[in-house]
Formats: sequence, C-alpha cells, structure tokens
Amino acid sequence: MKKAILILFIFTLWLLLTWNASWQSLVAGGVTALMVGLIFGNLAVTAPMKVIQPQRWFWLLLYIPIFIWEMAKANFDVAYRVLHPKMPIHPGIVKVKTRLKSPLGIAFLANSITLTPGTFTIDLKDEYLYIHCINVRHQKLDEATKDIVSRFEKLLIKIFD
Amino acid sequence: MAWNEWIGFIIIGFGVAFDALGCLGLLRFPDIYNRLQGATKCVTFGTCGILFGIFVMNGFTGFGIKALVAIPFVLLTSPVGAHALARGAHIFGVPLWEKSVVDHYKQDRKDKPRL
Repeated sequence: MKKAILILFIFTLWLLLTWNASWQSLVAGGVTALMVGLIFGNLAVTAPMKVIQPQRWFWLLLYIPIFIWEMAKANFDVAYRVLHPKMPIHPGIVKVKTRLKSPLGIAFLANSITLTPGTFTIDLKDEYLYIHCINVRHQKLDEATKDIVSRFEKLLIKIFD
Repeated sequence: MAWNEWIGFIIIGFGVAFDALGCLGLLRFPDIYNRLQGATKCVTFGTCGILFGIFVMNGFTGFGIKALVAIPFVLLTSPVGAHALARGAHIFGVPLWEKSVVDHYKQDRKDKPRL
C-alpha cells in the first residue's frame, strides 16, 4: 500500500517532467519508480490511509486558491514596505501555538506562514512556533495565534489530521 | 504575436518586477531577519510568476509542463532555506534590529549564543 502510493507518485512526476509517451521513456520511468518505491516506500509514506480519503483532497484543492490569494497579498504588503521611503516596519519574534499533530501538516503550516503576510517561521518547539513578523500587531500568545495561524489551521486540520 | 504570448509576457513582467523588489528589500532592510522576509516572499512569488508565464506561453508541451511542475518545488524549498538561515543566525547570536519590538524566541531559549 505504502509502496504503491510512492511508486504511483514518482511515476506521475516522471511522466510530467519528461512529457514523452514513447515506450523507452515509459519503461525507464517505470523501472526507476518501482525500485525507488520498493526501497523507500516505508520511509516516505507514513499514513497511507489518509492519502486515499477523497475529502482530504477536496480540502487541499480548496486550500490552494486561499493560499495563492494570501501569498499575493503578502507580496504587495512587503513590496509596499520596501518602496516606502521611511520603511514602516516593526519587526519582532512572537510565539504562537498550533493544534496540528501530524508532522507533514506542521511542515505545511510553517511553509504557508513563511510565504504569507510579513511573517516567517524561525523554529518549532513541541507545539509552539516562533515567528518573525515584519510588523508585530499582537504580542500575546493567544492573539498572535488567532492572527497568524488560525487562517490556515482550520483547513490544514481537515487535510492532514 | 498570439494572445497567449501577450498574457505570458505580462505575467513574466510581473514576476521580474517582484524579483527586483525582493532584491531591493534585500538591500534596504536593516537586519538579516527582515532581509530574509524580502528575499523569501518577493523572490518566491516573482519566480513562480516567471514560471507560470512560461507555462501560459507554451501551453501543455514538455517545456510548459516542466515550468509548471517546478512551481511546487520552489514553494517547498524556499521557505525551508529561509527557516534554516534564520534559525542558524539566531542560534549563533546575530542580534535583531535595535528597533525590534519583541523577541520571545530569545526569552525561551536556555542556551547561550555560540559566538
């Protein structure tokens, strides 16, 4: 099961990257995917049952446009701060708490935070994330969590936990 | 030129503009952490814009699909690099900008800076 998922993933990636349906290409990709999948399947895929639940894929599809919208907003925000002659920044490192449990979910959360409005993740300790903000609005743990994390967390819990 | 080339060039233009802004941020911001903000966000968005513009221009050919597949990889690796740089800098005791508001990370860390 785990191995089949990884083999399928690698083979799809191969097809997309080569974009070539000749039989030599298919055989080379198939053999490579088979070997890599058989060796690393148990390491790379930790929760095979989550992969085949369709509602998780639905929420992932919903997550992508939200993420792109937030990322575009973030970029205009940072661009404004770069171009402003006085540089209106109030940087600082705040601590927030996450309710996510799965490692992949936390990784996605940290990456999403890094790519969105004026914040990026510095470190993770247990369930606390340390976040550098370019413009600190809330210093308390609860308020900062509500401001920074909750937007993505609601969806990421449905996807990964 | 065909319409998809026009749209592709416009998107690539946006991407290059954001890349330039990211470089400007890298020069203007005061400390390493703020500079990483500019470097990760603007440059990631700009690079994704360039890649997506190439996809729009070429459509579903080998070239366009490769550009499209590269976008998730940029999105996954760029934040990890920024995180590693920032964490390493903080552990080795690089100070924040003097006008920074708050530093919970420093308060919570038990070990001394290693420099």
